[in-house]
Amino acid sequence: MQQERELRTLIEEVRNYRLPRRSFIQRLVALGLSAPMAAQLLMHAGIAQAQPAPAYKPTKRGGGGTLKVLWWQGATLLQPHFATGTKDAEACRIFYEPLASWDNDGNLVPILAAEIPTRENGGLSVDGKSVVWKLKKGVNWHDGKPFTADDCVFTWEYARDPATAAVTIGVFRDVKVEKIDTHAIRVTFPKPTPFWATAFVGEGMVIPRHLFAPYIGAKSHEAPNNLKPVGTGPYVFVDFKPGDMVRGKINSGYHMPNRPHFDAIEMKGGGDAASAARAVLQTGEFDYAWNLQVEDEILKRMEASGKGRVVIVPGGDIEFMQLNTTDPYTEVDGDRASIKSRHFAFSDPAVRQAMGLLVDRQGMQDYIYGRTGSAISNFLINPPRVRSPNTRFEFSVDKANQILDAAGWKKGTDGIREKDGRKLKLVHQTSINATRQKEQAIIKQACQKAGIEVELKAVTGSVFFSADVGNPDTYGKFWCDMQMYATTMTQPDAERFMDQYVSWEVSSKANKWQGRNIGRWRNEDYDKAFRAAEMELDPVKRAALFIRMNDLVIKDGYCVPLVSRPRVRGVSTRMAVPLSGWDLDFSGLQHWYREA
Amino acid sequence: MGSYILRRLLLAVPSLLGISVVLFTVLALAPGDPFSEMALNPNVPPEVRETLRAKFGLDDPVWQRYFRWLAAMLQGDWGYSFISRVDADVLILQRVPVTLAVIGASQVLALAIALPVGIYSAVKPYSWFDRIASTLAFVGFSLPTFFTGILLILLFSIKLDWLPFVYNADISATGWQWWSVQIRQAIMPVLVLGLFQGASWTRFVRSSMLDVIRLDHVNTARSKGLTERVVILRHVVRNALIPVVTLVALTLPQVFGGAIVTEQIFRIPGIGSLLIDAILRNDTPVIMAVTFVFACLVIFFNLIADLLYGWLDPRIAYR
Repeated sequence: MQQERELRTLIEEVRNYRLPRRSFIQRLVALGLSAPMAAQLLMHAGIAQAQPAPAYKPTKRGGGGTLKVLWWQGATLLQPHFATGTKDAEACRIFYEPLASWDNDGNLVPILAAEIPTRENGGLSVDGKSVVWKLKKGVNWHDGKPFTADDCVFTWEYARDPATAAVTIGVFRDVKVEKIDTHAIRVTFPKPTPFWATAFVGEGMVIPRHLFAPYIGAKSHEAPNNLKPVGTGPYVFVDFKPGDMVRGKINSGYHMPNRPHFDAIEMKGGGDAASAARAVLQTGEFDYAWNLQVEDEILKRMEASGKGRVVIVPGGDIEFMQLNTTDPYTEVDGDRASIKSRHFAFSDPAVRQAMGLLVDRQGMQDYIYGRTGSAISNFLINPPRVRSPNTRFEFSVDKANQILDAAGWKKGTDGIREKDGRKLKLVHQTSINATRQKEQAIIKQACQKAGIEVELKAVTGSVFFSADVGNPDTYGKFWCDMQMYATTMTQPDAERFMDQYVSWEVSSKANKWQGRNIGRWRNEDYDKAFRAAEMELDPVKRAALFIRMNDLVIKDGYCVPLVSRPRVRGVSTRMAVPLSGWDLDFSGLQHWYREA
Repeated sequence: MGSYILRRLLLAVPSLLGISVVLFTVLALAPGDPFSEMALNPNVPPEVRETLRAKFGLDDPVWQRYFRWLAAMLQGDWGYSFISRVDADVLILQRVPVTLAVIGASQVLALAIALPVGIYSAVKPYSWFDRIASTLAFVGFSLPTFFTGILLILLFSIKLDWLPFVYNADISATGWQWWSVQIRQAIMPVLVLGLFQGASWTRFVRSSMLDVIRLDHVNTARSKGLTERVVILRHVVRNALIPVVTLVALTLPQVFGGAIVTEQIFRIPGIGSLLIDAILRNDTPVIMAVTFVFACLVIFFNLIADLLYGWLDPRIAYR
């Protein structure tokens, strides 16, 4: 395969110092791979990680006063393995830590691990079935007890027990964790696993065995420490009011020198995104605000006050539109949108191609998202400024008209195209959200010019995104012609993201519409490529497979990527805040400081 | 009197039961479930949500869940939040002090405005003072709190930078500093709620005063040669206050509900914001607990209003 050869050449160039690491990662990202995947390629090839050293100026621990952060969705619980959403995981991350976290370039950074496992240091086995983590020595829990391998083994036992109902069960269920000595563990996988950095990384925080041991399984919700975290993190728990406030004070025995900088932390919850932005950018009441889903115009106006700045952190999340492959209006074997049916219009490649041409992505970027979303053409995405060579997007009503004319969709007297007696009248649904309704309007307008009538439908977010089996309007059911939402890339590896198009994940009545493949697109080549990637140990071949899958989906036209959705955060001007698009906001909390 | 109170309290039981049945049914009919947020995270297998649903008994029929809730409630167990897994009564108690402080202060402010302004307006009807006061009162209760709230934020926080607009319930300072921070952050929400309430009460006090001031006993008092001050305060105000007291007592529980919007704007961790969060997350035990407290407050303040009525107007007898 040509892509595979290209990748190998690139890696060799990095090894010989002919190509800077960063450019290598950028090139791979241009091919549609995530930065962490690119970084892992280098790691597997035995090219040492660039030592990520976020500039940290404070020369002593403490003295920074109180760090005030604002999350407009307040944290509701403080047990990392029960975290219902990122807001909870973030609050937990103040107190608890994983073995390693992801930095913004996709490098693994050791936290509780002494070093990152690699082939060279013997951490990664050749068969790809096990990883040895060496743990940092001299780390203590907030109550003074030492942190050891027993805690890691316990965390695994705790999370993998189905009766515990831990949200992290997905990564802990299939692995085996054993203690090698007091400060080393081995994680074993049932089959060769190319992406091994799942358990104990990022949100897989380690919990203390001595406090949670009696509460494993069905009794898990009774543990008093679910509300009083005792971790290893930079701040020690002080007080918690669910939905309102999490408070912590400096951990004077923290395991990294001179850290943390702040004497206390206050994480306030509640309110809305716009006023959260105001509190950081305009009045400076807070040092940091999470997830500013506000129009860029407004953010720019607020930034003008000079108290804070908007930080855009690229990640893997995208806003995209799906065209239904099935017929959502007729029941086949008691199931609407059954994969046995075909969509009357979208089964014609010409209509799909026309739809792709009728979506003004550049317009969406320019008039709606601004800095907070860039037009994209890949499902596995680009950062801004880098265009993929494989796929391309274009907005042209004329071309769409030509294609539809050529395909035999003739305009009727009412100006709406029809073929074989079926008019091109389509329903487009999304969740209620001011920006999404604007996007819908842009799509509808262009379609109208091309003789396609689009009926817009907006469903309340809590219904649209729910898994409610009884509700016909959920995105999982997709009982209309087109729909639009943001799909999130929750881990840096693409496997959990690309499963959105495999045939066994098709959302249907049989799996209560919980399948990941909501567009119900199926392709044998894609399935094969995915199966191969799952087992492919050679990261280069694996990367090439993901690029191929991306191209298969995009070129078939059922999936129309619109804009990237990077993370948008508000930071006070005097704050130094290293953020990563591949991990929690607080993954680098110990390095946060305020300039004097 | 004693038997009257007892009878009223006994009558409250069926109404509370009825309220709880209606609430529970409506909640059961509403779409979504407390773990819907997890459905958006592909790293959480669907089994986890099913385990949690089974664990919290969400898969049982509605009537079973209702009777389980009722049985627990009768034993004083309010249930625990599905979301934060904290007992519902703990969640409510955490938020009572802030709610009482902010709402209480705003009610005091409302009364402090409504009584003197309303009385003075009625004593000199259609004077300049009355006209200005009436205009302001109309403006006051026509503007919704979400509007005045944002207006005040724009003025005092953003333009002038005098007051903070994010309420912090856990201030680490002590002594005078604690009071200064506390007062500074409470000024805007208390003003918003107090002026809104005060505006409508002013109109009410005024009209109630005008009703009484025309009565014969007032003329009698004047002709006895009593000073105007004594006439107004002893003979008019006292009688005019009877309906006002009822109104104030009946509005008190509603203010908890009305504070939802204001609490959201200023991020006050009060009971109103607890309720709205719980509703958005389908956290049934917390919604039930909070609405039940509201229901109890409404019934309780109704009783208080009736009792006060009798105390102020001895002609009313309780049978």
